[in-house]
Amino acid sequence: MYVAVKGGETAILNSWKRLAEARRGDPAVPEIALDQIRCQLGLAVDRVMCEGSLYDPELAALAIKQAQGDLVEAIFLLRAYRTTLPRIAASKPLETSRMRLERRISATFKDLPGGQILGPTYDYTQRLLDFTLAAEGETPRLAPAECNTSMPTPRVVGLLDHEGLIEPEYVPDGDPEPGDLTREPLEFPASRPVRLQNLARADEGFLLGLAYSSQRGYANTHPFAGEIRYGSVAVEIVPEELGFAIEIGEIAVTECEMVNQFKGTGAVPPQFTRGYGLTFGYCERKAMAVALVDRSLRAAELDETVSAPAQQEEFVLYHSDNVEASGFVQHLKLPHYVDFQSELELVRTLRAERARERAA
Amino acid sequence: MSAISGTGYNYAYLDEQTKRMIRRAILKAVAIPGYQVPFGSREMPLPYGWGTGGIQVTAALIGPDDVLKVIDQGSDDTTNAVSIRRFFARTANVATTERTREATLIQTRHRIPETPLAPGQILVYQVPIPEPLRWLEPRETETRTMHALREYGLMHTRLYEDIARHGRIATSYDYPVVVNGRYLMRPSPIPKFDNPKMHMSPALQIFGAGREKRIYAVPPHTRVESLDFEDHPFEVQKWNESCALCGAHDTFLDEIVMDDRGGRMHVCSDTDHCTTRQARASAAETLEARA
Repeated sequence: MYVAVKGGETAILNSWKRLAEARRGDPAVPEIALDQIRCQLGLAVDRVMCEGSLYDPELAALAIKQAQGDLVEAIFLLRAYRTTLPRIAASKPLETSRMRLERRISATFKDLPGGQILGPTYDYTQRLLDFTLAAEGETPRLAPAECNTSMPTPRVVGLLDHEGLIEPEYVPDGDPEPGDLTREPLEFPASRPVRLQNLARADEGFLLGLAYSSQRGYANTHPFAGEIRYGSVAVEIVPEELGFAIEIGEIAVTECEMVNQFKGTGAVPPQFTRGYGLTFGYCERKAMAVALVDRSLRAAELDETVSAPAQQEEFVLYHSDNVEASGFVQHLKLPHYVDFQSELELVRTLRAERARERAA
Repeated sequence: MSAISGTGYNYAYLDEQTKRMIRRAILKAVAIPGYQVPFGSREMPLPYGWGTGGIQVTAALIGPDDVLKVIDQGSDDTTNAVSIRRFFARTANVATTERTREATLIQTRHRIPETPLAPGQILVYQVPIPEPLRWLEPRETETRTMHALREYGLMHTRLYEDIARHGRIATSYDYPVVVNGRYLMRPSPIPKFDNPKMHMSPALQIFGAGREKRIYAVPPHTRVESLDFEDHPFEVQKWNESCALCGAHDTFLDEIVMDDRGGRMHVCSDTDHCTTRQARASAAETLEARA
């Protein structure tokens, strides 16, 4: 009987075996391959890379397979791997204006240099279940697009800049290195680079809820989607021994720039302000949520009243990480016999005292 | 130290730079007893909230000559303790024990062993929430200022409100203490029964909070006082029962539900202490029978 209290190494080993069995499922169904996940569940791979902070579609696919499609678990697997990797170099800032575009839309201007590119999106589909997919129907391949991606595509928000209508974006004095959340503890007040880093790693669902709350009156940022672009961008590093930049590869990113109304202060005339979001891969919903929350978190800096959750830096940054949140919520499954015993004893004592008082 | 062949990971999992960073945080924590030192907590292959702070502290301290004991709720055989012990046996190739006396390093969740600790031993606590003022003030920027100013009135008020409402302080675990007469500290969710064991302990006590990225410490022979009032002195839990297995009446007892008709049995929460007492009793019986 007392054995029931114990975990037991054998029980744990057996649980591992059951997990492997459950992951594989019916052995009569062919096993899923990593390239199938990578190629056909690309949006899941992108989310895992983004929140796992590691750009590696192969490993993300492995994590998704190992986690049976539980993306938060897959993110955790990727993070725990990432933490052991050495730092070889820091890249130069990405030049997203030189992005090889797959998609680029603006909700603020009807037409703009470089044009609007819809690209692969669910935006204009009718959400009807497509039963031809169930019948394993193959989609006809498109001829290579004749799009004008060779045209320069300046960032839309920059167009406002020429008129001084939007707050200028300047590089801070001395262009300091951004902090690294995975190497240094979060401290407050956090710099904007650290905030954006936190938001890029943050749980999509959490940010989506916060961003939504800011649109419904818990903070109010009056946002317009200035520009959303998705595509591939070159990553460059400057090796010390060379002293000049070399390209080491390309990554796919989604970038969102929100344009927000701002009434101005005594010193600053009315102008538009910015909210910014960047993600690995194609994570448009998340990039938009990041941009909205980024702008909300600038409330104090812009002299706005800080009253809503989306504006509270500590609240947002401390609770945005799903690996932290998932671990702590689920730690309640661990034994708490001792604390519970202590509470049991306390509640009994308090009840006995109450009963004595009543009797007296 | 070299990588262990086959695992692909460094000795005790963390790379040496990270261990150095954690050791620096530990040294600062020892130098300022009870002060929470922020550190660059890493993502571990175990979930946050399951001992990642304690594991990082242990990984930074452990060496091949150490003997490691891991307990959860006082027991060496609960799932979490088993899992963490396996982790270090695998990655640090270290000897493990269930005996409190034999261990050089003890990682614990929610208990301090009943067997008194000795000089040279290190007790590593797993900490979920390091900030004692957190449930009174959620903002970290505020609580850090309160510590800097030694502004602990809020906590005294809370304890006073308990007395006003319940006639006693209604905190039974994670009971706040003051370390070395200066910093208010959360002892992690140990029962208040264990609080007196922290006071002037000859062992080094280190607290690791991984998710919250804080390390704090109580050096050996340091004052650790549980908060109380002159007319409501601090007292620990007492049981009317004694341990059904070893007969101890001075240990923390777990209540085991025997049936659905209210049947209960009480046994020591510290399994090593309990089995050692049982072994000693049965040895004494054998001796008696021989005599």
